[in-house]
Amino acid sequence: MTITRRQTFMMALGASVAAAMPFRAFADASEDSIAAFTGGAEMGTEGLTLTAPEIAENGNTVPVEVSAPGAVSIMLLATGNPTPDAAIFNFGPLAASQTASTRIRLAKTQNVMAIAKMADGSFVQATQEVKVTIGGCGG
Amino acid sequence: MRTTGLLTAAIALVATGAVAQDDHQLVTNGDIEIVTEAPAPDYISGLRTIYSGWRFRDASLQEMQMDDFENPAIIAVDKAIVQWSTVDGTEGKSCASCHEDVEQSMLGVRAVYPKWNEDAGEVRTLAMQINDCRTENMGAEAWKYDGSDMTGAEALISMQSRGMPVNVAIDGPVADTWKQGEEMYYTRYGQLELSCASCHEENYDNYIRADHLSQGQINGFPAFRLKNDGLVQTHNRFKGCIRDTRAETYSPGSAEFVALELYVASRGNGLSVEAPSVRP
Amino acid sequence: MADNVKPKVRVPKTAAAGEAITLKTLISHPMESGQRKDDAGNLIPRSIINRFTCEFNGQSVIDVTMEPAISTNPYFEFEATVPEAGTFTFTWYDDDGSVYTESQDIAIG
Repeated sequence: MTITRRQTFMMALGASVAAAMPFRAFADASEDSIAAFTGGAEMGTEGLTLTAPEIAENGNTVPVEVSAPGAVSIMLLATGNPTPDAAIFNFGPLAASQTASTRIRLAKTQNVMAIAKMADGSFVQATQEVKVTIGGCGG
Repeated sequence: MRTTGLLTAAIALVATGAVAQDDHQLVTNGDIEIVTEAPAPDYISGLRTIYSGWRFRDASLQEMQMDDFENPAIIAVDKAIVQWSTVDGTEGKSCASCHEDVEQSMLGVRAVYPKWNEDAGEVRTLAMQINDCRTENMGAEAWKYDGSDMTGAEALISMQSRGMPVNVAIDGPVADTWKQGEEMYYTRYGQLELSCASCHEENYDNYIRADHLSQGQINGFPAFRLKNDGLVQTHNRFKGCIRDTRAETYSPGSAEFVALELYVASRGNGLSVEAPSVRP
Repeated sequence: MADNVKPKVRVPKTAAAGEAITLKTLISHPMESGQRKDDAGNLIPRSIINRFTCEFNGQSVIDVTMEPAISTNPYFEFEATVPEAGTFTFTWYDDDGSVYTESQDIAIG
């Protein structure tokens, strides 16, 4: 891709606009997802375990496990991604535990967040920071 | 005196050499024991112990390689299994037409490659041999040297040697090529003036920016790299390394990379074949 | 897209009645996020698997809503209760309308 001077200028302009309202766009996207899932309810912090590596050697494939005994469903969010939603696990009657593992993409170092909807309609959340290292040679 | 003491300590640290990140054991699928640490072959003066790249990765990545179900490389292997018995080319043959069951016929093959081919009078990598089979025996088009058809086939063939010791010959008819590879390994390339040894012999286990340097062993190649979301071939890996020194690189399949592969493979003699591995 | 997609599941062959077992699933899929650009600088349109379900004899074990942050070749691991002999059915729903299914029987023993 060839970048012209005009494009460079436009990029600089874009960057300054983004700088004028730091994080808003991304934070709002997470907040919308959370509001849609919880309906704005208060969230506790007990009874949900989020397991993710402290440091991910590559952001393309980060293993994550969520576990909340008695939960109806668990939402997983990558709060620093352009589109934060990762997954919603809905547990059926034959789920032996309210535990699930998957692999997610993280665009940069950020907080991964899980929110569990419990059987009584209450919500709990857990957050963990995952540092995504930007190396490039990889070994 | 104090300075001397510190200095001695520092030298002792260097002399002991860095150790790989952990002492985790690699067993694949609960039954294939992989040797990830072995005494260095005597022709490598700069190392006492050789370690598989697996030992330098973090625990979650290590786990992905311990069970084929979780190893994303196996998706490519599954495709290669289909390819193995798919007829291609003017002769109406597939790999299976001559080699039948891959598990039997390819047992131990990867462990001794690259190796001398008497008829051709040259050192051949596995990829060269695969393409020779395709063009000479099947009447099919050669695959791109580091393309996905090739890496899939290499991964399938390599898997049949998993757990067996790497045992690449370095003398006899390959001696000159091996020597050429050794010279390349210690030659500084690029604007950064880095040789393979600068990172992978003198500084393994240290960090270069956020990268945890391994010994650059290739017993796990082709490797599934998360960065690429796919299998990466040995020569492609070499190319990436040389590019990172800010040098013009050789091409995958070039005589230079064949020589380098032979030499680097021989630095892993004693480790197990581990391919297809998972790397960041 | 429907060409190269291949689901894989790991289900034990047998279980005791009422036992909790671990299930693993993997499906080959690029999970194109809609965020990437091609060499010409054009946005590559989103194309992902957006839902995964696992049922046993018609009853739900898990039902997952999937978004672009799920990695290439989606992998899931979870636990199911096996009340009786029967069949696990796994279903993946693609953005392009394709549906991929895989079934696995389990015996009580």
